Amino acid sequence: MMEVCGSSNVTLREFGCEQSLLSRPDGSASFIQGDTSVMAGVYGPAEVKVSKEIYDRATLEVLIQPKVGLPSVRERSQEQCVRETCEASLLLSLHPRSSLTLILQVLHDDGSLLSCFLNAACMALMDAGLPMSCLFCGVTCAIDADGQIITDPTAAQEKQSRALMTFAIDSTEHRVMMSSTKGSFSVYELQQCIAVSQKASEKIFQFYRDSVRRRYSKTL
Amino acid sequence: MFSTLKEKVGEVLLPGDEFSFDTDDTISLTEHVKPEKVVCGPGLRRSGDRLVVCKSGVLRHKQPNLFWIESQQRRYVPAKGETIIGIVTIKSGDVFKVDFGGSEQASLSYLAFEGATKRNRPNVQVGDLVFAQFAIANKDMEPELVCIDSSGRANGMGVFGGGGLLFKVSLGLVRRLLTPHSEIRSDLDQLFPCELVVGMNGRVWVKSSSIQQSLIITNLLQSSDTMTASQRQQLFQRVKQGPL
Repeated sequence: MMEVCGSSNVTLREFGCEQSLLSRPDGSASFIQGDTSVMAGVYGPAEVKVSKEIYDRATLEVLIQPKVGLPSVRERSQEQCVRETCEASLLLSLHPRSSLTLILQVLHDDGSLLSCFLNAACMALMDAGLPMSCLFCGVTCAIDADGQIITDPTAAQEKQSRALMTFAIDSTEHRVMMSSTKGSFSVYELQQCIAVSQKASEKIFQFYRDSVRRRYSKTL
Repeated sequence: MFSTLKEKVGEVLLPGDEFSFDTDDTISLTEHVKPEKVVCGPGLRRSGDRLVVCKSGVLRHKQPNLFWIESQQRRYVPAKGETIIGIVTIKSGDVFKVDFGGSEQASLSYLAFEGATKRNRPNVQVGDLVFAQFAIANKDMEPELVCIDSSGRANGMGVFGGGGLLFKVSLGLVRRLLTPHSEIRSDLDQLFPCELVVGMNGRVWVKSSSIQQSLIITNLLQSSDTMTASQRQQLFQRVKQGPL
């Protein structure tokens, strides 16, 4: 399905997306990468609690709901990664004293979960029509025992890997907005992974464009 | 920039897409140079000398130089002069608080009704629907509604009468309903007579001769949000021929 290396040809698992599939939230999207699947819902700009009110920008809250059980420390750290990425791309100062809530529900985890969160979040924010300065996408890279870089690994490949890193990449300059890494790797390997991710991000951004175009095809 | 923008009219754009001024290296001294002016509507932002898209949607253009992004969203953000359907939630002293589906409640003064004076207060109860327009809509301030136009006339605004049904649709559909010579509206005209009030905040109020007819209109409008023109006409045709 997906065996990759070198920066020349990057293969990702098959991915798919559906926008505004939920009726209650202001924006919603589901994103599927191989067998990994995440559903996202956005509420806002809505009324904010006085204790969380920020006078010059909107308050963004990200909640990650695991498939079973209650959110734990792992979810908290992922929430922070997603929140900081979203804050960087959203123009929060256009909606001061309001709240934005992004809820991410894991439907199935088969590796590259954090990148799937990021992609689902971006699609849902876009669906809600919130002002953004740029788009972002998430790419996960794994380095296996032989030093080969695998993009968009499955859960089994993640387990066998020596290092695992996820990058959030912006759409305008293809720069790294957020990185989350685990395991040991050299500086050279990190740079190589970033290059591979930037290459892979182009595919994802093209997919974003196609899927939004399909959504608006009825009103063109 | 004007020409590059015009080329993209009708295309789907995403946040982060940019247009830059293509400045000429040579300036003609004899010819009168007309400065290019572009008016940015919703979804477009000026950043330095570039024009940046900040919402996903279709780029639209209106003569002579107005550009905006038409997007489908559900949450309403108030804009000055827009008319909305609100629900009165609190009556406190001389102002009413009105919920219009935005991020905070708007205030509506009791003097902002036609013919209202300090002695002659309008009859507004908590829970009533009002059709009003924004006098102040600013991201940094509390929005303020009025039920009169600039000459002090109601002009169709005010408290709703009894009966009728309120429902919500997407903001994109509302804008399509309100365009002059709207296709959806003319399709609906052929079905049965009804009274339709459309608020820019996505709330639509309908009153027809029977509850059944009001419900049919509600369902038709809500479903026509995700339909192409031909699909919609087919559906309306089926309803017209139905046993009603």
